[in-house]
Amino acid sequence: MSGQTALFQLKNVSKVFHTKDSEVRAVDDISLDIFPGEIFGIIGMSGAGKSTLVRTLNRLENVTSGQVIFDGQILGDLSSKELRAQRRSMAMIFQSFNLLTQKTVLANVMLPMKIAHVPHKEQKERALKMLKVVGLENKASAWPAQLSGGQRQRVAIARALAMNPKVLLCDEATSALDPKITEEILSLLKDINKKMNLTIVIITHEMSVVEKICDRVAIISEGRLAEIGSVKEIFTSPKTEAAKHLILPAEKELNSFDITDRRCIRIVFDGREASEPLIANLVEATGEKVNILCANTKSVGVVGFGQMIVELPREDDAVERVLQYIRENGVNFHEVQLEEVKSV
Amino acid sequence: MSEAIWKMIGSGVLETLQMTVISTALAYLIGLPLGILLVVTEKGNILQNRIINTILGTIMNIVRSVPFLILLVVLVPFTRFVTGSSIGTTATIVPLTVGTIPIVARMVESSLKEVSPGIIEAAESMGASPASIIFRFILPEATPSLILGGAINLATVLGYSAMAGCIGGGGVGAIALNYGWYRYQTDVLLVTVVILILIVQIFQEVGTILAAKKRHS
Repeated sequence: MSGQTALFQLKNVSKVFHTKDSEVRAVDDISLDIFPGEIFGIIGMSGAGKSTLVRTLNRLENVTSGQVIFDGQILGDLSSKELRAQRRSMAMIFQSFNLLTQKTVLANVMLPMKIAHVPHKEQKERALKMLKVVGLENKASAWPAQLSGGQRQRVAIARALAMNPKVLLCDEATSALDPKITEEILSLLKDINKKMNLTIVIITHEMSVVEKICDRVAIISEGRLAEIGSVKEIFTSPKTEAAKHLILPAEKELNSFDITDRRCIRIVFDGREASEPLIANLVEATGEKVNILCANTKSVGVVGFGQMIVELPREDDAVERVLQYIRENGVNFHEVQLEEVKSV
Repeated sequence: MSEAIWKMIGSGVLETLQMTVISTALAYLIGLPLGILLVVTEKGNILQNRIINTILGTIMNIVRSVPFLILLVVLVPFTRFVTGSSIGTTATIVPLTVGTIPIVARMVESSLKEVSPGIIEAAESMGASPASIIFRFILPEATPSLILGGAINLATVLGYSAMAGCIGGGGVGAIALNYGWYRYQTDVLLVTVVILILIVQIFQEVGTILAAKKRHS
């Protein structure tokens, strides 16, 4: 990505909200670049400031200090008229879909074009085309209330694509949907990203969303940028507490009887090794038995990823042999404290 | 009851409908924009303006808190200036309209506030101008609620129009007062009251049906 011109450049962006007797730094000195064509994830716990951050990208929130540069233009310098013109190339979808309930699906998709004074005939043609992209061409005359949540978000996506934007901002777009529908919406977004080379910025609190479609991810914690990098990097070796917190929820699935006084490690597979039976090989090679407390694998981007928590043997020299074997096989791992994990 | 009285009641009903419908329509002509203004100038809304919002809100509250009967009397010089007379059906339309404007404005305000803030945010994210947000997003979303509010306002104006009978206004209210009350013609009183009830019922039913037809959520 280096050398490429960024679509979004955030330079020391801060946003401070003033309440009666205190101030809240919702976004605190964040600098990052988002490049054309990538799917960029912004993840954080609720209240971390990620929704405020995404709203500075299209200036739904004015920054308190710093600059947001979109496509070479400093958003803060634009007049409201120029800003409105610019917003037409930065579409947004929301957790609550925000469709007009009193307008049909077709009319909803036509709305952004109506605002931009696109000729009526073209409005309709393009709206129908976009509905086809999201697989809802047969729902054009339906009312939003007649659709399921997933279908409503598809309409919102069609509406967002109508003006042929340069970027699609997704604010917790799948948080109101069940896992299966979330998968479908994410595949649709990935598809659109590939076919239209559309840059997508995804705000979420769910690591699974980032794992599934993002190329790069920024982890936001208490308004600050905790960590940024490729999803693979962050997933296999999270450096900050905030990142570990988001990536390690698998460990929370441990039952209380799994808590042990023995040493435990978290093994991370980064695709390559996931296909090889590491644990079986390990037991065979070292003759030491390890206990798998919890495991989960998923596909991140195009490669399979997995992590498991393994309880090591009691004897120190046995532990050493096991760790040695894992190290030799080039597999990522680190020691975890189960008591600590449970309290998270 | 003599045929003459029935005839009189008949033309009274027409006058009442005339006063009610015209006054409500005029009140909406002014009250609807004021209601919109009350909402969009509110803190955090698209045309946030504390001065306009406070002044407008205060005027609406003052007019609304004056009892309608008093407003009728206070407005006599103004009514005479506008219509050339202070009695009769046409003259009654003036105070009815003035008294109804703040009610309409507040009713519109509450209907528009029902529109989800998310819709307004979506509109802004699309690059909609304030005018577009009002006319293409807020008003269409609020239409069913606005229709219901309209039916309620019609019924209120109908009640006010009956009061106008006290100071020489026309309509069913005046008949009820002059014949039913002052002349102790209980049958006239009953008939006129029943007619007023029926008219309110019709307004309310039509409003409810129209709103339900329009509502798709």
